[in-house]
Amino acid sequence: MSRPINPISVDEKPIAIAILAMGGQGGGVLADWVVALAEAEGWVAQSTSVPGVAQRTGATIYYVEMLKPKGGQMPVLSLMPTPGDVDVVLAAEFMEAGRSMLRGLVTPEKTTLIASTHRSYAVGEKEVPGDGIGDPLAVVDAFDVAAKKTVIFDMQTLAEKNGSVISSAMFGALAGANVLPFTRNAFEAAVRAGGKGVEASLRAFGAAFDRARDGKPDKVARKPDKLLPDAPVSVGHPKLDRLLGRIHSEFPPVLAPMLYAGVKKLVDFQDPRYAEEYLDTAARLLVHDRDAGGAARGFGFSQEVAKYLAIAMAYDDVVRVADLKTRATRFERVRKEIGATGEQLVYTTEYMHPRAEEVVGTMPALLGQFVENRPALLKLLERLFSKGRRVRTGTVGWFVALYALSSLKPMRRTMLRHKREMAHIGSWLETASALLPANYDLASAVIGSRRLVKGYSDTHSRGQGKFDKVLSVVPLLKAREDGGTWLKRLVQAALQDEAGKSLDGALATVRSFA
Amino acid sequence: MAERSFAREVEDLKLGEGDLFRGEGILAITKALLQSGVSYVGGYQGSPISHLMDVLADAKPVLDELGVHFESSASEAAAAAMLSASVMYPLRGAVTWKSTAGTNVACDALTNLASSGVKGGALIILGEDYGEGSSIPQERSHAFAMKSQMWLLDPRPNLESIVKSVEDGFELSEASNTPVMMQVRIRACHVHGQFVAKDNKRPAYTIKEALENPVRDLDRIVLPPVSITVHDREKIEKRWPAAIDFIKSRKLNEWFGPDEGAVGIILQGGMYNSVMRALQLLGLADAYGNTIIPLYVLNVTYPLIDDEVSAFCAGKRAVLMVEEGHPDYLEQAVNSILRRRDINTRLAGKGALPVRGDYTAAVLMNGIQAFLEEHAVALLGNRPPLPSADAVLADPKVKALNAVVPARPAGFCTGCPERPIFAAMKLVEQELGEHHVSADIGCHLFSILPPFNIGGSTMGYGLGPASASAFNVDAGKRAISVMGDGGFWHNGLTTSVGNAVYNKHDGVIMVVDNYYSSATGGQDILSSRADNPERSTNNSIVNAVKGIGAKWVRQIDRTYDVAKMRDTLKEALTSKEEGPKIIVASSECMLNRQRREKPLFSKAVKSGQRMVRERFGVDEDTCTGDHACIRLSGCPSLSLKHTDDPLRDDPVVAIDNTCVGCGNCGEVSEAAVLCPSFYRADIIYNPTRRDRFAAKVRNAVIGFLQRRREARRVVFG
Repeated sequence: MSRPINPISVDEKPIAIAILAMGGQGGGVLADWVVALAEAEGWVAQSTSVPGVAQRTGATIYYVEMLKPKGGQMPVLSLMPTPGDVDVVLAAEFMEAGRSMLRGLVTPEKTTLIASTHRSYAVGEKEVPGDGIGDPLAVVDAFDVAAKKTVIFDMQTLAEKNGSVISSAMFGALAGANVLPFTRNAFEAAVRAGGKGVEASLRAFGAAFDRARDGKPDKVARKPDKLLPDAPVSVGHPKLDRLLGRIHSEFPPVLAPMLYAGVKKLVDFQDPRYAEEYLDTAARLLVHDRDAGGAARGFGFSQEVAKYLAIAMAYDDVVRVADLKTRATRFERVRKEIGATGEQLVYTTEYMHPRAEEVVGTMPALLGQFVENRPALLKLLERLFSKGRRVRTGTVGWFVALYALSSLKPMRRTMLRHKREMAHIGSWLETASALLPANYDLASAVIGSRRLVKGYSDTHSRGQGKFDKVLSVVPLLKAREDGGTWLKRLVQAALQDEAGKSLDGALATVRSFA
Repeated sequence: MAERSFAREVEDLKLGEGDLFRGEGILAITKALLQSGVSYVGGYQGSPISHLMDVLADAKPVLDELGVHFESSASEAAAAAMLSASVMYPLRGAVTWKSTAGTNVACDALTNLASSGVKGGALIILGEDYGEGSSIPQERSHAFAMKSQMWLLDPRPNLESIVKSVEDGFELSEASNTPVMMQVRIRACHVHGQFVAKDNKRPAYTIKEALENPVRDLDRIVLPPVSITVHDREKIEKRWPAAIDFIKSRKLNEWFGPDEGAVGIILQGGMYNSVMRALQLLGLADAYGNTIIPLYVLNVTYPLIDDEVSAFCAGKRAVLMVEEGHPDYLEQAVNSILRRRDINTRLAGKGALPVRGDYTAAVLMNGIQAFLEEHAVALLGNRPPLPSADAVLADPKVKALNAVVPARPAGFCTGCPERPIFAAMKLVEQELGEHHVSADIGCHLFSILPPFNIGGSTMGYGLGPASASAFNVDAGKRAISVMGDGGFWHNGLTTSVGNAVYNKHDGVIMVVDNYYSSATGGQDILSSRADNPERSTNNSIVNAVKGIGAKWVRQIDRTYDVAKMRDTLKEALTSKEEGPKIIVASSECMLNRQRREKPLFSKAVKSGQRMVRERFGVDEDTCTGDHACIRLSGCPSLSLKHTDDPLRDDPVVAIDNTCVGCGNCGEVSEAAVLCPSFYRADIIYNPTRRDRFAAKVRNAVIGFLQRRREARRVVFG
């Protein structure tokens, strides 16, 4: 059993590259390109993956190692990355960049992290009734700690703009990052050898190469800033200018941007007179706010009123939906969103499901109540109207039907639904302003709780139910200095899951205060 | 026929003597079979060995030319039973499946095969689905080899070694009249590498010859007393010694590094690359396989060669056994060998290394270091710094990522026809309360995860309804069980449906029929709708269950009809009829449908044909950001976006351009009465003159009304 023993030489180390992608993102194509590139340059390259069920949406890691053969000896390459020993990490999505750091694949002595800033939300983020989207800034913060060098920009958008897919952009970024000992030509040759969609791939490759070279990372934000411009003094329409005049004269400047947003929304929803009513209510509540020492608190209460009163007054009814669906701007937006071009024709089909409640809600209040009190009638309406309707808005018949429905707008104030909404708004504001003298924060939080009322039909009732539940503990919180904070916590809890489990837990805590 | 083409991979199978094969491990095995003169190949698809089946299914001309029979077996049991052809005849046969899942199913046949013994080489290729990326319980195939006495190969994970192992395996099988299993781990199946090919070989003896010259040897049939007096004796007295001789003389196991040393490492072949990396990081080996620690590499992990083991251990202070997974069969066996021969070398194994889990390079590096610290600390020398991410992982900024990086489990694809089935089920549960739901194996299992959260158990392939069989008493609710078409034909028809019919089970059985064995890569099965010249397809599931005696059977031909789905399920849960209520819900797997239709669509558009593409959208003006629609869908193309509108707190729903227009979201929002935000957009490519005329008229009327309203609308600019 005598074998020649070679001396070991510890100088040569393979280059290790990990690719984190989701199923269907082309991580395999990218790994293949890297292998082809290395092989064409005379290196030995090995790639592996644990795709599992990668045709779907799961997270997947591809791993490539490469090294030159030496004196007829082929290298022995590893089939998996070792934390702390990875040269390049490519993340095809921003949270996957976060995952690569959590897995220890990115270390400051060694690793260049190339990541696309775009997000593809996980189900766990999307299904939350409120805002469950993870904060990308946490990933940005960790870069400084973990990575030696980063190349960070939106490779998805760049690829789309160039008519290609993200793998080509990532390959370009890898070339531009200057971490592999191969020339740009060699990279491009690998893409050409792949043979599929070469032109578009090379375009995206080139754009990403340049982008990686210029070095500046894309700015990452949790969400876009809210558009809150200052209220103009005049827009040249007497009725609107009157509204603007009131905002400037009757309210402190700090409230002006939100009031302007509210007024805009309500003029669009109904008419300038409706916006006047909004300002009337806001002004009335501002008096209470001032009395409760609001000036020292930046009029926080009125700030909430300005926002949530506008949202509440612009409730979603059939008239509103019909109006929005028939607008010319909507037709244009749809074309743009679905990417229709040139002479392509686009027709939309709306999925609507009116119920007897909606029909009754559109009736004049007295008639509506009359019907509501007669179950037989209600049932008949249910049978007549309650079923799924596929509304082809682009055809003349359906368009005219929706158009006619939206022309009921001037009658809206007489409708049963409007009466109900106003009553609900009335009691909500009443509850809040009654609290103002005793507990300013709690009063503001009561206004903010309106966030829970949203959606249509069942969703709407569930939201309404949560809203009522949250407000039911207001008496328990009234005397507590941190009552407002607690109410806000309850609202957050209510937005966490559909069934309201978190809310029930939080409510139990609050009830234990008593 | 599977919608993905493996034509390019088939080309690799044609490589001849001296050509360089470059590609995936599992394809190298496929090529190795043809180089070994195999007569027949069977198996059941599943990760990580699906591609072996897929490529051979597309390789008819190559196989025909060589005279090789290939079969997509109905199950692993069928595949294992197929090896029976090698019992009486000198035919080389190979079968493959995912292990241990498939080995469990195959056991009945394997036991009999191992008892009979084989004349022709019988090779079982096991995709060892263990560790990261695995989709099944964590068990080892090793136990199957031991209990039935079949040999187990575990080659080093490079293409050259794997290919050699296939060739050796056939010879070993023939030399010892014993079926041989070869296990290949997930990463090795998917590893890209290269080897120098040989010419394909026609089988020395063909199936046709066997069929025309039948042999009947009573000594090879499993019937008492032969199984006791002949087979069991042969196993111990003839086959075992023959195998030992062959493995020894052909040097199937390998030695690396110096002959002598204070310590050494015994390892499974499959662990070789990771052990080498660990040694390299410890400064004890280089990147080219040169090591200063003696290694004894078991390319055959069963049986062990006592002489080789004792020769390697003798004279060493201590030896480390690197054996992934548990129980520690090899460590126990090596200990027995040392004890019997009174060799006092210390054996380390589990303890220095973790009992369970993947043996990654990092795990091995730490384990080997601990082993050397105890037994040969001098070898660690001046200790180069070891790679580690511990400092980074301990940083609060990195720790904070735990709170924001979302779990990303696999889920239904965009447009999946199974999504509406579970949306309907969720709607029924909202009405009738939660039910016990038994799931099976297959794509439908994703219903267990968010957002559906439906399904309380999974017991094995085709066993969904069987696993609900205890729930057959008079109660206020009925059990629901779900089974895919793959599981149905695998053994669900008898084990689950037959069982339910015979025992008058009152539950609901939902058979999800998506025209393919989708979870394993879209292979055809009995009820596939496509015409496949090589196979019999279009066999109805409904006829099958009726044939077995089911009475209450409903066929739904478009699963996307959520309302119908919901109503049928409700009827099944409330019907007074006795016996199982079977719903066959059929729509084509969208992944495969898109593979087929997308290229055709593009081609038609390019040629100027009028084509209509449907996709869905959401009007963000009417979306209130409650996301109820997402909780009934989870479609990848149904996503969220933040808006800059100060009057909106929560992100609104948005559909991206990957939407395939399946209609689920519209149907769901209608059936669940969610909201009017969803619209379907029909995009007409290459509109005809008639289309353009109609559009002109419509635009004239609609445009007039829109302009009229805009002119009157008072708005801020």
